[in-house]
Amino acid sequence: MSEPAGTGSTAVGALPAPRTSFVGHARHVIGENPVTGIAFALFLLIVACAVLGPFIAPYDPLASDTSATLKSPSAAHWFGTDQLGRDILSRVMVATRLDLAIAIFSVVLVFMLGGLSGIAAGFFGGWTDRVVSRIADTIMAFPLFVLAMGIVAALGNTVQNIVLATAIVNFPLYARVARAEANVRREAGFVQAARLSGNGEYRILLTQILPNIMPIMTVQMSLTMGYAILNAAGLSFIGLGVRPPTPEWGIMVAEGAAFIVSGEWWIAFFPGAALMIAVFCFNLLGDGLRDIVDPQRRT
Amino acid sequence: MLRNIARRMATVIPTLVGVVIVTFLLTRVLPGDPAVYFAGPAATPQSIAEIRKSLGLDRPLPEQFLRYVSDLAHGNLGSSLSTGQPVVSEIASRLPASAELTLCGLVVAILIAVPLGVLAAVKQGSLIDHACRIVATAGVSLPVFFTGLLLVYAFYFLLGWSPAPLGRLDVFYSAPSNVTGFYLIDSLLVGDLEVFRAALAQLILPAATLAIFSLAPIARMTRASMLAVLGSDFVRTARASGLAPSTVIITYAFRNAMLPVITTLGMVFSFLLGANVLVEKVFAWPGIGSFAVEALIASDFAPVQGFVLTMAIMYVLLNLAIDILYGVIDPRVRMEG
Amino acid sequence: MTAALPLLDVRDLTVEFTTRRGVVKAIQHVDVSVAKGETLAIVGESGSGKSVTSFAVMRILDRAGRIADGSVSFSGIDLRKADEGQMRNLRGREMSMIFQNPRAALNPIRKVGHQIEDVLRQHAQAGSEDVTEKAVAILEQVRIARPKERYHAYPFELSGGMCQRVVIALALACRPQLLIADEPTTGLDVTTQKTVMDLVTELTRARGMSTILITHDLGLAAAYCDRVVVMEKGRVVETAASNSIFKAPAHAYTRKLMRATPRPGVSLRDLLPEGVMTGAQPSPSPRLSRGEGIPAPPARLNGASHPKGDNRAPLLVVEKLVKEYPRKQAAGGFASLFRRNEAAPTPSPEAKTFRAVDGISFTVHRGESVGLVGESGCGKSTTSTMVMRLIDKSDGRIMFDGQDIGAIPAKRFAKLPFRKRIQMVFQDPTDSLNPRFTAARAIADPILRLGATRGRKALRARCEELARQVGLPTELLDRFPHQLSGGQKARVGIARAIALNPDLVILDEPTAALDVSVQAVVLNLLQELKEQLGMSYLFVSHDLNVVRLLCDRVIVMQAGRIVEEGPTERVLFAPEAQYTRDLLAAIPHPPV
Repeated sequence: MSEPAGTGSTAVGALPAPRTSFVGHARHVIGENPVTGIAFALFLLIVACAVLGPFIAPYDPLASDTSATLKSPSAAHWFGTDQLGRDILSRVMVATRLDLAIAIFSVVLVFMLGGLSGIAAGFFGGWTDRVVSRIADTIMAFPLFVLAMGIVAALGNTVQNIVLATAIVNFPLYARVARAEANVRREAGFVQAARLSGNGEYRILLTQILPNIMPIMTVQMSLTMGYAILNAAGLSFIGLGVRPPTPEWGIMVAEGAAFIVSGEWWIAFFPGAALMIAVFCFNLLGDGLRDIVDPQRRT
Repeated sequence: MLRNIARRMATVIPTLVGVVIVTFLLTRVLPGDPAVYFAGPAATPQSIAEIRKSLGLDRPLPEQFLRYVSDLAHGNLGSSLSTGQPVVSEIASRLPASAELTLCGLVVAILIAVPLGVLAAVKQGSLIDHACRIVATAGVSLPVFFTGLLLVYAFYFLLGWSPAPLGRLDVFYSAPSNVTGFYLIDSLLVGDLEVFRAALAQLILPAATLAIFSLAPIARMTRASMLAVLGSDFVRTARASGLAPSTVIITYAFRNAMLPVITTLGMVFSFLLGANVLVEKVFAWPGIGSFAVEALIASDFAPVQGFVLTMAIMYVLLNLAIDILYGVIDPRVRMEG
Repeated sequence: MTAALPLLDVRDLTVEFTTRRGVVKAIQHVDVSVAKGETLAIVGESGSGKSVTSFAVMRILDRAGRIADGSVSFSGIDLRKADEGQMRNLRGREMSMIFQNPRAALNPIRKVGHQIEDVLRQHAQAGSEDVTEKAVAILEQVRIARPKERYHAYPFELSGGMCQRVVIALALACRPQLLIADEPTTGLDVTTQKTVMDLVTELTRARGMSTILITHDLGLAAAYCDRVVVMEKGRVVETAASNSIFKAPAHAYTRKLMRATPRPGVSLRDLLPEGVMTGAQPSPSPRLSRGEGIPAPPARLNGASHPKGDNRAPLLVVEKLVKEYPRKQAAGGFASLFRRNEAAPTPSPEAKTFRAVDGISFTVHRGESVGLVGESGCGKSTTSTMVMRLIDKSDGRIMFDGQDIGAIPAKRFAKLPFRKRIQMVFQDPTDSLNPRFTAARAIADPILRLGATRGRKALRARCEELARQVGLPTELLDRFPHQLSGGQKARVGIARAIALNPDLVILDEPTAALDVSVQAVVLNLLQELKEQLGMSYLFVSHDLNVVRLLCDRVIVMQAGRIVEEGPTERVLFAPEAQYTRDLLAAIPHPPV
């Protein structure tokens, strides 16, 4: 019955403050932690690039200009040109769309497959749990990137298969997190109370469990976005998935790798930096999202 | 305790069965005719038909599976098209290169990340704490191949400190006689310090790349675990009993904090084995990762399958070792009957 | 009592915490002094600052806390000015502390004997040759059986009571002058509580130690301590000898606390401060019981025996109810160490199953309030969960209003009309409310699923009516659980339980998590509601004093069996079973 001692929590008291709106709270959280604000701004920038990229890019990303090959960054070409004379800035901007699309589709797919089956496994237990856990364990028996390589190699070298491979490889993580969360809440007081109120098991799953798990799943999805981008880029780096001349960050780094030893750093650097910034942004966003969405912190 | 270990080893068997089934199925989901894949891009209709017969691809599926399993039991993983060599011997000869690289990277990562995480938790809010959090967040965002390339650019091209990223040993030197396959160890065993230094010089950048990559999750987990333990009731009791800070941090906090970190190592290995492939490509390291990548480019499928299977088995055994280690260290698990 | 200077002298102490909302004063201008050999109690409800005071004395405050003002002097040493090295010397050797939740207070992966050795070695009380001997000797002093064996045990192998003894051993190992005990028995069974408190008292008195006991239980404080300090919201409101504090409390808050403490010889209404009501407004048309046309029994002023006017069949009949669980085989030699409750009998090694409930039978009549009491592990919660039809029985019958509801599987019960006639009020108000539902939505849930009211307006009106009935201000209906206090959440839980006018309400320790003053209000509310709505109660509790106030009959359980049952007055004043006598004897009584 005692509250934790030695901390300020006992002294603050249980009197709640009046409620403010969602936007107000979001603003408060961003204000408190400026890094979240930066991440959010970056996120908007990335989305803008993805949507508007092809329209605002200064050059055609596929157009090669043999007179201007391997030019270092200059006023004409902010990010320089590659070995075929293509403008790197334009290619980086246009590649945003592809990388972001791969990430979003992978994440949505894995949430639907992994998240939902994990929740069912955690809540119902029994055979559902056994089957889902067995599948998750089998996938997790492989080093994940290696399995992704194997899947893309077997299914064929296309972008769709990269999305599928990323989703499959992330399935165990989602299933485990969702299962653990559902399991914890399965015997919680409010779930028992819902049973007493005449709610059937499926209704409880949908109306009581799922909304309570969404914040954690949302955070997980944001973090997985970052991982999905890295995964796709890694696969492209070793020649799987996207084929030249399609602009994609991973492939561009691969193309630039050969030139690093001779000093033409810009070909690999800018797409690599774009990768890093995007992943960084999604990781920070995931942390910030946790603060915003969790109702415990809403006042 | 031996019974515990035996029990854990038994649970590995269904996992291995699952791995074998999945790798078998991978070859069967190839779009189109698997025989064409195994025959290679330059195959004639006759060679395709021959391959089909010799690999038993015209038999019913269960029979193919039994054949696959018996092949595995005999150590037969097929042959590489490009080299004509059996896949098993290629993998065996290249495995030490990958192992040396991965182990060095991991050891360096642990030596840096664990103290960093512990210090960050003990001195919460200090400079070290902020540094640790930046390292952790940035580290997971950096693509490992990008890090490798940046290191090459900085240390080879700009500073000239590192040798060219062209493999394990410079052309001038010859590999030491094969005892473990680890150049560092073998050269020391023979007392050849020049080769040792050359091998080390080649190893530094790729190992550093892997180390930077695995630093982040280990440091993050260590810090989080240490923070949780430092805030726990029993550490409060230790402090209230007046125990010296070193005793509290090391004997009471650290040992307890390391338990979840050990279980995380499994996940770190998963990332590491994947990152290995990318690093080997960047540095032209002759390990099994680059073997698989070359085979992929050449549409040579048998080596890829053998690679996936080998990596999976290694990973399963690594996880088993971690499990057993954990079971030995944590008395709560050790005494579970 | 002849020492001139107090051992511990705290004057005008103020402690601040920096939180996200700014600087908060946890305690202000606190004066506490403890003489040599004296036992002092610091009593208060949650948020009173009693623990913060002791943490400040030991200087083990959180990072965010600091002593802002005042002085702390121990044995002449100024503790505020002392540096960390000096404090470390004092901690464990001159002053030590024991905490709540003993198992968590011990290093889980270190043998208990080694933990004691660490303390001995740190304070140079033993060298390598004799440190093990001394550790075993200390284990003996705290009455741990087979100390040489238990030396090698890990905390998870010991019961809660044994863990607390080890913690006491740690604290007393170096023979300090002052022992601070922060809620040392909260969460322990009442019999274990008595054993632990008796042990602490014996050891400290034998060594002439001073003790500070921090607790929320006024009865405990008065039974074991010489003087009592009462704190409220970070300030000391009264300090007095424990005799006089009960006979003549000076401060209004002390009086309120005293009155609210359930004890023999008072009625429910007496628990409330003078002139205060529960805040509940009965609905304008008192509900009739279940449509049978029998009016609700008249309201009574206290919870004394209720005349059972109707001689119809009983509402609930439980016959030879059994619940079995498959048992995990415990390793041979350590079987005795796995027992959670020291008093429970050792299970036979051949038993493949564990009988949580071992063939019990009882009845509940309409309009009756029956208490089901016992210590942890006795099977009372399992019984109530089975009656609720949340889990299935292994054997026996559960008859409700003449129908065998035990035969209906739990999974199917939720959709049946029976569901609305049996409802429950849960122990933990926080856990039993969906964090994403407003109070109104939570109360409306049973109505939406099982009730007849439809339409937003009608639903809202019904929710507001229920809120009024339980004394919850209607403005709070749109708040989320984390914005409500413990008492308010409890009212929401009660409103939800009575929303459909159930016949039988099972209350599973509904006030265990509440402050004692809030508990007084809630208990009175429960009694009022029972009378207005004509419900029957099955009240599950470990607290006999509470049961005495609210229940007509009481059933005592131990190890899955009924040990005794009968009218409350008879069982609690003239118990027949030895176990009941032991339970009653273990309850700490304030000096009358």
